[in-house]
Amino acid sequence: MSIFKIVLRNAFRHRLRTALTILGIATAVMAFGLIRTVVTAWNAGVEASAANRMITRHRVSIIFPVPLTDREQIARVPGVTGLSWANWFGGVYGDPNDFKNFWPRFAVDAETYFGLYPEFIIPPDQLEAFRKERSACILGRKVATDHGFKLGDVVTLEGDIYPGPWQFVVRAIYTGRDPAVDETQMFFHWDYLYEQVKQREPGRVTEAGFFVMRVDRPDDMSQVAAAIDTMFSNSRAPTKTESEREFQQSFVSMSNAIITSLKVVSLVIIGIILLVLANTILMAARERTREYAVLKTLGFQARHIAGFIIGESLLIALCGGLLGLALTFPVVRAFGMALRGFFPIIRVEPTTIALALCAALLAGLAAAALPTLRAIRTPIVAGLRMIG
Amino acid sequence: MTSPIIQIRGVSKSYRRDSMAIPVLRAITLDVPEGEFIALMGPSGSGKTTLLNLIAGIDRPNEGSVTVGGTDVARLGESDLAKWRARHIGFVFQFYNLLPVLTAYENVELPLLLTSLSKTERKQHVEAALSLVGLADRLHHYPRQLSGGQEQRVAIARAIAADPTILVADEPTGDLDRQSADEVLTLLERLNREFHKTIVMVTHDPHAAERAHAIRHLDKGELQ
Repeated sequence: MSIFKIVLRNAFRHRLRTALTILGIATAVMAFGLIRTVVTAWNAGVEASAANRMITRHRVSIIFPVPLTDREQIARVPGVTGLSWANWFGGVYGDPNDFKNFWPRFAVDAETYFGLYPEFIIPPDQLEAFRKERSACILGRKVATDHGFKLGDVVTLEGDIYPGPWQFVVRAIYTGRDPAVDETQMFFHWDYLYEQVKQREPGRVTEAGFFVMRVDRPDDMSQVAAAIDTMFSNSRAPTKTESEREFQQSFVSMSNAIITSLKVVSLVIIGIILLVLANTILMAARERTREYAVLKTLGFQARHIAGFIIGESLLIALCGGLLGLALTFPVVRAFGMALRGFFPIIRVEPTTIALALCAALLAGLAAAALPTLRAIRTPIVAGLRMIG
Repeated sequence: MTSPIIQIRGVSKSYRRDSMAIPVLRAITLDVPEGEFIALMGPSGSGKTTLLNLIAGIDRPNEGSVTVGGTDVARLGESDLAKWRARHIGFVFQFYNLLPVLTAYENVELPLLLTSLSKTERKQHVEAALSLVGLADRLHHYPRQLSGGQEQRVAIARAIAADPTILVADEPTGDLDRQSADEVLTLLERLNREFHKTIVMVTHDPHAAERAHAIRHLDKGELQ
């Protein structure tokens, strides 16, 4: 027999109570894991940003376009080694109330855009086919899979920013270079958008939504940004240039209050784990006051008694933590499926797993502190008199 | 004459209840020779159990000294005292105090976990102790599967498993029927006679006390 065997037997002495405690911890750990995963997913765009890409947009808001002719001046700025442009298209596919039907759609310059995004893996023959056909589009693998789109299929969208029906032929499907790459986007020719708008709304001017640049040295980004923005500061469309990471961060920061709330809730959950476990361990230790006194009589010391109580608390916390983590994966998967339009990349990160386990184990340690102290401090004689 | 293994000199003990000090033992002086089987008798509240606790090193006197096997118990720190108890004292309680989640075998093995014995050596000690108390066929029974008399015999096996110098028993037959009590007392007699264990037994039962070699009476905290 080992000390661990005693800890194990004690932990499952009241099976129903222990099972309910484990279930309580598991539920809390699962909620913690889901919330942390959502927070991480919220930041996925920021994390996936390339270190050498910059974005130039209208200084007032992304909704205002910038003149396409600016690209020639931007391309000449020292440090800029690549340039392209794109427009947010928007549009509606099928039932707009179905989250599944929402995915980002961009009109991009077919010749230059993908050279700046090496993380999109496109078979060369498909990219070539896309470039040759004005009404062609490229879909992310997840969108194609979810909707059953194959090469040659036609995707029909109802335009909102650019009204009217829009039809695109799927000529390429891209995959992500790694799991952090968003595979839910759709790209089509900017030229096609330009021509169609010209025909449909003759008075409307189509310009670039934003420019994307590649710089040769990420350290030079601040100088490049300053040079570009100074260049257009007195133009009809003053610009704001920033790293892609800052650009993505500006979207996330709009939801800062929600993210902060989620983080606070995740801390509250750790408190709940602690309370659930502390209640059980306090009860268990109190019931065993006499047994601890007997153990001391036999020669067991304070460190042994502490080992029994802390060991039991940690064991229950670990069981709850592991069960909670096991539940987190299917719950996150189901959550991601239901809200795939909002969270194109949602997965349980190793950091989340480590945090959830640490939270459970820390709660285990904290929950054992008071009962351990009590058990150690109770004199043997007083402990032997305890009934219960 | 055999030298005393337990020497108690001028021991007083009182407990505090709120701001009042309640004296339990007053200037007790007692010698217990090695290999003795002594019974402490007296009415409830006379201080029998307190004296036993002092001898076993689970309580400390306010005044005086308790020397057991040459060690002044009251001077030992908590950790040393725990080690001393594990080595020298076997305690038998009135209500057995077996751990309900452990089998008879595991309960007896408990004090041996504190020794440097190997698993095989522990097994030998446990089986020998349980055979001695006549429970070799109950090794893997849990306390709830045993009668009161059997539980007390397991408790005695646990008390002797580490081969302590002294056995202290607090009302060991107080919760048993006559037949079981006789079995337990016979066992204690045998441990004293054949294995030369020094036994100090607290009892209020005159029949139990008759089995001891010597009987000392306590009344209002004083030895008569």
